[in-house]
Amino acid sequence: MEDLLRLLRLQDVNTWIVLIGTGLLGFSSGIIGSFAVLRRRALVGDAVAHAALPGICVAYLLFRDAGFPVFMLGALVSGVFGVLCVSFVRSQTRIKEDAAIGLMLSVLFGLGMVLLRRIQNDPAGSRAGLKTFIYGKAAGMTWPDVALIASAGVLVVIVVVALFREFQVLSFDREFAAALGWPVFRLDVLMMFLLCVCTVAGLPAVGVVLMAALLIIPGAAARFWTDHLGWMLILAGGFGMLSCAMGTALSANVASLPAGPTIVLVAAGVFVLSMLLAPRRGLLAEGLRRWGMRRRYAMQNLLRAMWEAGEASGDFSTRVTLGDLLQVRSWSAGALTRHLRRAAAPRWVRPEADAYRLTPAGVEEAAKTARAHRLWEAFLLEEAAIAPEYAHRYADQIEHVLPPDVLNRLEVRLRAQGRIPDPDSTDRLKGGTPA
Amino acid sequence: MTQTPTIIESPHPTGLPADASPPAVHVHDVTVAYHRRPVLWDVDLELPANRLIAIVGPNGAGKSTLLKAILGLVPLASGRVTILGRSLHEARSLIGYVPQRESVDWDFPVSALDVVLMGRYGRVGWLRRPQPADRDAARESLNQVGMGEFADRQISQLSGGQQQRVFLARALAQDAAIYFMDEPFAGVDAATERAIIEVLRRLRSGGKTVIAVHHDLQTLTDYFDHAAMLNMRVVAAGPVREVVTPENLHRTYGGRLTILEETAEAMRRSGQPGRG
Repeated sequence: MEDLLRLLRLQDVNTWIVLIGTGLLGFSSGIIGSFAVLRRRALVGDAVAHAALPGICVAYLLFRDAGFPVFMLGALVSGVFGVLCVSFVRSQTRIKEDAAIGLMLSVLFGLGMVLLRRIQNDPAGSRAGLKTFIYGKAAGMTWPDVALIASAGVLVVIVVVALFREFQVLSFDREFAAALGWPVFRLDVLMMFLLCVCTVAGLPAVGVVLMAALLIIPGAAARFWTDHLGWMLILAGGFGMLSCAMGTALSANVASLPAGPTIVLVAAGVFVLSMLLAPRRGLLAEGLRRWGMRRRYAMQNLLRAMWEAGEASGDFSTRVTLGDLLQVRSWSAGALTRHLRRAAAPRWVRPEADAYRLTPAGVEEAAKTARAHRLWEAFLLEEAAIAPEYAHRYADQIEHVLPPDVLNRLEVRLRAQGRIPDPDSTDRLKGGTPA
Repeated sequence: MTQTPTIIESPHPTGLPADASPPAVHVHDVTVAYHRRPVLWDVDLELPANRLIAIVGPNGAGKSTLLKAILGLVPLASGRVTILGRSLHEARSLIGYVPQRESVDWDFPVSALDVVLMGRYGRVGWLRRPQPADRDAARESLNQVGMGEFADRQISQLSGGQQQRVFLARALAQDAAIYFMDEPFAGVDAATERAIIEVLRRLRSGGKTVIAVHHDLQTLTDYFDHAAMLNMRVVAAGPVREVVTPENLHRTYGGRLTILEETAEAMRRSGQPGRG
């Protein structure tokens, strides 16, 4: 806690530099990762990250103390090599992409681990700090290292902003982009290369094992909040930045927290919140919507059933018992009683000793509902050709949904059959105010 | 049964004068192979301009592949294609394309208008933003397919037919001379089918050419002027009234029972004036 306060008071300049650097990296990972998620290539990032490890080791074995930029270059070369292997296996053999990714990822990571063990056994090598690449350890980085990582991130963001439209079409409809005469193959390669750059730049902070999460989670979380690609990229960038900065800060100040896993856990928190709370696509909103729809249909069905009970006699506020209603529809007695209680609140239904009646206001509401339902049912049966166009709305909003000419046609037909509430009779019944 | 494709030349059914301008598409001896298996074999085909042209044939006959071969989306094992007498590269800006609806992910985070705007990108050029005029053109294209009020709707919230109309609007926004459509009528509702055929006829009146992969023999002679009947090779090509014959259908589809029934139906209809 003291450490955290010390950090927030800006006393540890190096930590701030690391935070800003990894934050920028998180931003670009979120953005380029969003495209990978949308194109169902999320696992390619995982392959790149794992494939980078042998490159780092080989760079060390060849150049020893050449330092951080050389390790990164080694990582990039072997990461790109990994992607090429995946696409080679996929296109030249009958092995599918997921198997090809799994294969390359584990083989190259295994190779990396073997090389790493060799290096660790060498007394000079054990001090090289290569092991931090596995789980990530941002805190120890010096500012030139951070600058390298951050500028890689900034480069990725600049290219994506410049080619936003091209990437949008490529991701949505590659064939159409090709028909426009665009060099889709080169655009594809460029996008893959940006993904590689971002992945490799993230390795020192997040580590080989978990880097894929930083590419996938921010985009997946952002998708819950928006249906607009531009906003999705910005949000994903924000989530990535937040996760990286917070994860790095936590692990820098709590000795037992490794950086990579902490960053991923923060990102996972953002994802879970997004999944639950996002206004339209979130689970909570979806659940509420479904609950509201069930209640609404239940109320409509209740009013219609009570209204239809009086249709033969013309006395719409006739006495209806629970038993009568239970026979009309397949609802449970408990649910039905709940609906009746709800209908009594706006005074649509008046409970009596052992039965219920519609109030005048209830009759009016029920007549509207019955009319809309019958028009809707007639529409579905008789205008089946165009019905699917309109089928995702509430039945009781039929006036706002259907074209007026269709509505008129249906109404005239139903009225001629006497299957629609006559507005005059409803007016007559309205009479006094609800009791 | 002869192995050479039958190409029947005849006066144009729509009464439009035949002129000396180059054909809309000329496919010269094209062979396409996937995984060493040929899908199109030595296809030689001339499709006239200013017609509604259907490419028909059984599943696996290479209908979509022919379209993609013309558009340069699949590599040719041999042969070449000219469009309005030019190479594909020179003719790019004259081409509009409606891919199969199932070929994309409709949960992609874009609105209907965004998709239609993609049709303008070929003109907008690289690294430049679409201008207000492009947005107007996109909106106008949406209006033409009766989707104006859905411009801002996310595409996953559209019905299948509406999605197909958005794809058509995107092609209209390309303002092309020749439109290539891969099964534009597949799985759409009747309202969309009417809207699409209206657009196609408007395009024809405007001097455009439409080349569509079509799978419904019942509507073939009503909707299209010209047909290319394909089964890895061109079985027959020409005005629908002349090439859609029981013999040609039998040769194209290999005499499967259901197809023969459809044939009878198509024959019965072809004697009547076209619908709508």
